[in-house]
Amino acid sequence: MSTTITKPDQVLDLKGLLCPMPIVRLSIAVKKAGVGAVLEGIATDPGVMADVPAWARQSGNELVSIKQQGKEYHFLVKKTK
Amino acid sequence: MQTATQFTVQTASDIKPQSNKLSMVVFSGDMDKVMAAFIIATGAAASGMDVTMFFTFWGLKSIQNGKLTGQGLFGRMLGLMNRGGMSTIGPSRFNFGGMGRWMMKTMMKQKNVASLPELLATAQELGVKMMPCLMSMEVLEIGTDKLIPATTAPVGVATFIEEAAGSKVTLFI
Repeated sequence: MSTTITKPDQVLDLKGLLCPMPIVRLSIAVKKAGVGAVLEGIATDPGVMADVPAWARQSGNELVSIKQQGKEYHFLVKKTK
Repeated sequence: MQTATQFTVQTASDIKPQSNKLSMVVFSGDMDKVMAAFIIATGAAASGMDVTMFFTFWGLKSIQNGKLTGQGLFGRMLGLMNRGGMSTIGPSRFNFGGMGRWMMKTMMKQKNVASLPELLATAQELGVKMMPCLMSMEVLEIGTDKLIPATTAPVGVATFIEEAAGSKVTLFI
């Protein structure tokens, strides 16, 4: 298998946070990061499955991946502008 | 110097319509409604939108610093019975003289939901513009010294309309 694994430049611990804080923390971290930076978020709020993709579309950043792992939700976001 | 021939009148069509902006009137001073207002405001700002909140009437309570307000008898009575400040406002239903507020706050804390003071601080951090309504401040006898420093100078309806006219999303809460 030769699947490319994107390595995050930064990992955000968003566990235990509820709406709107996962999105708020993510956006603050993205704002501080440089263009092209990849951020990984780990949350426990199931709402991120809908909200992170919506945030990416609205803010114009790239959602690389999002998946559930047990009780956690892991996603990768790339700052595109 | 501008001559008569060079003079152009700016019409509504010249103003860029619908920029990526959200304008909101916060009329309510109830904990639950203010919470909704701040969650939407912070969420929009986090998604890259410019956000303006216009606080009028009871809505002013959420941007007050908690000091007692009022100059005249009625104003002082109102200030006593209607304390401002994010930590003093109660829910629109089941407040029961503060019991409901305490219960809701406790439940929110247990679930790790951001508190109103946290949401207010987040809104400031994200650059949400907070405009107090001058007329309401006059009526309710709330001076600018009774507001949190993050607010803009008090404004009137025309300023809000200018903000709202250029916004994709407008809300009244």
